[in-house]
Amino acid sequence: MKKRIKTVNKQMLNKTLKTGGCGECPVSCQSACKTSCTVGNQVCEKN
Amino acid sequence: MLIHRMKLDEHYAVLDVNSGAVHLVDAMIFDLLGVYDGSNASETFLAFRDKYAEEDISEALAEIKNLQEQGLMFSPSFPVPNTFSQEPILKSLCLHIAHDCNLRCGYCFAGTGDFGGHRALMSKDIAEQAIDFAIAGSKNRHNLEIDLFGGEPLMNVPVVKHVINYARKREVETNKNIKLTLTTNGTLLNDDIVEFLNKNRVMLVLSLDGSKETHDNMRPFPNKAGSYDSAVAGFKKVIESRQGKNYYLRGTYTHYNLNFADDTVSMLDIGKEISMEPVIGTDEPYVLTEGDLPRIMEEYDKLARIYLDRRANGEAFDFFHFNVALDNGPCVAKRLAGCGAGHEYFAITPEGDIYPCHQFVGREKYKMGTLATGIERQDLVQHFRQMHVMKKPMCQECWARFFCSGGCHANADMANGDISQPYEYGCKIQKKRLECAIIIQALLSEEANAGGEDLRPEIDNFKFKV
Repeated sequence: MKKRIKTVNKQMLNKTLKTGGCGECPVSCQSACKTSCTVGNQVCEKN
Repeated sequence: MLIHRMKLDEHYAVLDVNSGAVHLVDAMIFDLLGVYDGSNASETFLAFRDKYAEEDISEALAEIKNLQEQGLMFSPSFPVPNTFSQEPILKSLCLHIAHDCNLRCGYCFAGTGDFGGHRALMSKDIAEQAIDFAIAGSKNRHNLEIDLFGGEPLMNVPVVKHVINYARKREVETNKNIKLTLTTNGTLLNDDIVEFLNKNRVMLVLSLDGSKETHDNMRPFPNKAGSYDSAVAGFKKVIESRQGKNYYLRGTYTHYNLNFADDTVSMLDIGKEISMEPVIGTDEPYVLTEGDLPRIMEEYDKLARIYLDRRANGEAFDFFHFNVALDNGPCVAKRLAGCGAGHEYFAITPEGDIYPCHQFVGREKYKMGTLATGIERQDLVQHFRQMHVMKKPMCQECWARFFCSGGCHANADMANGDISQPYEYGCKIQKKRLECAIIIQALLSEEANAGGEDLRPEIDNFKFKV
């Protein structure tokens, strides 16, 4: 069977409902004036 | 929508919104997912019977179904966690070291440095109080971020030095890890301050708009002469002095340079860590318009192609907004917390007034207190803290909600007078930029996973690398 889909990551957001929330990650606006609120450009500080 | 499809040239990707799974797919899957929603196979067969063979559609749907069963496609929404509704912890402060500037940038959100008030410099005493306020508010959090800002902070070098020395002293006393950042226009970066900033591990944000022509057009001195030559001399000096690390060259593009991909590339002559942002405004002549949007979308695609090409040819550069971590990104609690303004992050003026962030400074109804009184507007703290994506009607169904987390509150206030209503124009740009980022990261991940060269950028929350 031809594979038409490649899943590139294993991240499951819903799993972090239990493991997350430690608060050590930085705020999302880096006051770069204005590197805007892209929480998506961060990594988890625990890893 | 539970999924979002995106495309760059012959590359097709699908984001499963609630799991964060990203899939590279072929053209057929991309087509099918325009109709198939995880439950309507018959409708899908009907829609594509003239385009694809039935057995191919059947196989494709089976592959999708398999992913669905693993929770990686069409995964359902989950309830909002309680984590972030606890008492906020202060993570970051932005110190306005100077409400003054030696430039007169046309788009300055700070009214060319003084935020609409009078020009002022922060005192050593206020700066120390701000550090202590941050340490107290951060409670048991090990990390603490302090940004030195303005106006132009290097108009007030004695206090820059004093507050950095004080922060480093208090860091040891309190066992905190204080991450320092300073934003500067570059024109005042002399050898002495460069050495001091390097020695004290201060990350730098260096304001450069692109080519000399673009930069000088919007960033003149008061005598109207352009600042490019002076700024770039400072940037080159400081970048070389720290071995090409621990900075971002950060540009602003406007209606006057819709070819911002070209301007981004021109910045590579100065450094390899680049960020480029759209200008913010209301009705000024430099503001980006609805009519500019198609061109802006094309420019992001163009930049994505250049980014991938250069990476493949050994000329990689870092573009801040293409750095999306597909695997160890933030948890849900963080993604919902948004930017943190007004509850985890505040700005302090030279007088010691507290605002939700640097952009809110001067918007009097958002003044939250002073360093002398502490935060008095707890109602505002809660208002900002509770205003996460799942509370905003526009955000609740948006595919990008776990990546942008609701956009910039200051922009929402500026555009709509209401932080529950995101600035739509900003959302459009944000989403296009995210699509490019996700496709780029997916392609680079797939190459690495397949045993090829790992060309993925390092993403480290802007940490100072010794």
